[in-house]
Formats: sequence, structure tokens, C-alpha cells
Amino acid sequence: MRAIVHVIRRDLHLALRQGADSLMVLGFFVLAVVLFPFGIGPEPHVLERISAGVVWVMALLAALLSLDRLFQGDYEDGTLDLLALAPVPLTWIILGKVAAHWLTTGLPLLAVAPLLAMLLQMKGEGMVSLMAAMALGTPVLSLIGAVGAALVLGARRGGVLLSLLVLPLYIPVLVFGVAAVEAAGMGLDGGGSLLILGALLCAAVPLCPLATAAALRQALA
Amino acid sequence: MHRFANPTRFLRLSKVLLPWSGGGGVLLLVVGLVWGLWFSPADYQQGETVRILYIHVPSAWMGLFAYTVMAGASAVGLIWKHPLADLVAKASAPVGAAFTFVCLVTGALWGKPMWGTYWVWDARLTSMLILLFLYLGYMALVNAFDDPGRGARAGAILALVGFVNVPVIKFSVDWWNTLHQPASVSRVGVPAMALEMLLPLLVMGGAFMFYYVTLLLIRVRSEIAAAKVRAIRLAQGHGA
Repeated sequence: MRAIVHVIRRDLHLALRQGADSLMVLGFFVLAVVLFPFGIGPEPHVLERISAGVVWVMALLAALLSLDRLFQGDYEDGTLDLLALAPVPLTWIILGKVAAHWLTTGLPLLAVAPLLAMLLQMKGEGMVSLMAAMALGTPVLSLIGAVGAALVLGARRGGVLLSLLVLPLYIPVLVFGVAAVEAAGMGLDGGGSLLILGALLCAAVPLCPLATAAALRQALA
Repeated sequence: MHRFANPTRFLRLSKVLLPWSGGGGVLLLVVGLVWGLWFSPADYQQGETVRILYIHVPSAWMGLFAYTVMAGASAVGLIWKHPLADLVAKASAPVGAAFTFVCLVTGALWGKPMWGTYWVWDARLTSMLILLFLYLGYMALVNAFDDPGRGARAGAILALVGFVNVPVIKFSVDWWNTLHQPASVSRVGVPAMALEMLLPLLVMGGAFMFYYVTLLLIRVRSEIAAAKVRAIRLAQGHGA
């Protein structure tokens, strides 16, 4: 447990000292969402109709952009070798790194999402569901992304490859995340979709670090 | 299983098997196509369009089957480090991707006259599309490393992670209320299909299976040959 806290503290320190990274992802998220009213036109009912999907898709892409930070730096300067040699299960260390990644990208995305949803004319009930769905969904994005980020370490054109690997696996989160918001927006109960998102999270927390650990070991071997 | 992990034994065995699987595939394909396209009855609702199903359904089966083989071989390769298992997984991917693609295309062609649209975003179609993307991602990842062994190991992990999609595809028609009809062949008890349609369908399924096995054997043989060439080149390079 102490190891997790140490890893989280270290990654948060690093992220804070070079805070630009985290802010750039956030900036991408805001800018990309703001492009939609320009591209589609400012009609409120059209924007409201697409708001849930746009916010979710852009959150997915923003999370994707931040993934190369997860292991790449540590892989290049050799820190990852030392972390893998530490007398702590690699899965714990990965869980710590993923938690730190979520704190520096998922949480900021979650924080600005209501603002963007408001710009896209989303109604109040939808907004509450969006927050709940993103709170459950963005950790899954970080967890699944960790598997992809570990797999492409050392690959040619890793960035493009990463999106090819990770985006198909992100689709369930997107489907149920949007379903929860749309159900709430139409006055229906979106609880079922939220429960499925919770189930995805429950499955991803133990399974993704295992796959990530296997991927990291073969990258370092 | 360990007996077949030996590449030399595999080469010998596959040489014996290849003419049989290839010949059986051609035979079944001819019988199935003629039976399905000419002699089987037209559907009372779908008319002649139903004949697309003799291609569509077997390719959907094989798309899933090839992924299952790929995931199984990947697990074997990761756990027991059989070099042959890595090659089987790698060889299975393009064939399975082609089957999945054929399944999607024929499904779209069938959907236009039947549903009035080439594509709907329902669970079965979407999960099949994800399967295609998983195949493409796997192939891209396996070929993205300079060291082929590294690519095979990374691909194996991805194949196992992506395997969660296979049961989702299988049960998507039961879990969600979809436009795609539920399973009619594999139902417990009596299949919900006329025998004169079911039999040519099963023959086509057999033909596709033989075709897959034939291609898999050829591809694995060529992978082994390529590995030999690589080893010889490396040895020459070090010698010079």
C-alpha cells in the first residue's frame, strides 16, 4: 500500500513540476469541444442533442493524448526498470501510476466537463448524470489506456498505434457513458448504464493492471 | 500439445494435412455454393436475398472462431512460450480479419433490401465492427517492432485483452433488443430453420472451416520459412 502512495506522490510531483502537460490535455479538451458550435452552428436544440456525445468523445481523445506520458518517460530514462525490480508487485506500482494519471487528467476533465456541457446547452439532469458517468468512466479510460501504453513501448510510430489499439476498447465506456446522460436528459432513469459503467470499473481495476504488468515485463525483457 | 510445438514435426504433419484440407475445402465449397445458390428454396419472406446468408453466416462464425484460435494460441504462447503458438496467432489474424470484413460487407448488402439500410448501429453489428478493429490493431502491433518475438508477445497480450469482445458479440442479440435476428442454428433442441436451408449452410460452414485451416497451415509454414531465412541472414551478417 505504501508503495502505491509513493508512486502516486512521485508522479504527482513530476506532473506538477512540469504542469504544462496536464494543462495542455485540458486545453485540447476545451478547444475541441468548443469547435463543435462553430462547425455545426449555434442552434441550442441541435447542440443539446449532441452535447453528451461530444463531451464524451472529446474526453476519450483527451485521455488518449495523455497516455504516452504514462510510461514513456520512465521507460526512456530507465526508471521503469528499477520500478519493475522493486520488491513490490508490479501491479501495485501500475495501480499507483494509473491513479496518478487519473488525478492529473481524468479529474481535471471531470472538473471542466460541466462547464463545457453548459456551453453545449445540456440540461441540469443531464449534467448530474454526466458527472456521475464521467466519475465512473474516466478511471476506466486510464486503466485500459495503461494496457495500450505499456504494449506500444518501443514500437515504431507508437502514438498512432496506441490510438488504434485503445480506441476500440474505449467504445463500451463511450456507449454507456452517453446512454446514461441521454436517459437522464429525456427524464428516464439512467441508473442501469451507470451500474454497467461501475461494473466496467470493477472489472478493470483488477484485470487491467495484470495485463499492463505482463506488457511492461515483455517490454523490459 | 507439446508434441505439436516442434516446428519440424509441424512441417511434416502440415505437409500431409494440406492436400486434404485444401481438397476438402474446394469440394465442400463447390457443393455448398451450388446447393445454396441454386437448389435450396428461396425464403417466403426474404425471397432470393436469403442466399446471401450462405456466405454471411459462415464468415461470421469464422471471424469469431479465428479470433478464438488467435487468443487461445496467444495464451499458449505466453504461458508455455511455444514459438509455434505465436506463429499460429500471427497467421490467424489476417484470415480472421478477412472473414470479419466479408461478414460485414455481406451483412450490409443483405440489410439494404431487408432492413432498408446498409448499416444500423445495433449491438451485433457494432461489436462485429469492433472485432475488425481489434484484428487491425493486433496486426499493426505485431508488425510494429523490430524484434518479431517482441511483437508476438505484445500482440498476445492484446489478443487476450480483446477477447472480452467475443462473448459480447455472441450474446449481443440476447442482451440487447437488436435489429439483427437472434441465433437460429445453435438453439437448444430443434434449430429454427428449415432443413433444406440448414444443410447447405452447414456445408458452407464446413467449407469455410477447411479454407481457414488450409490458409492457417500455409501461413504458419511460410512464417517458419521466413524465420529460417532471418536466422540465416543474421548468421551471415555476424560472420561477415
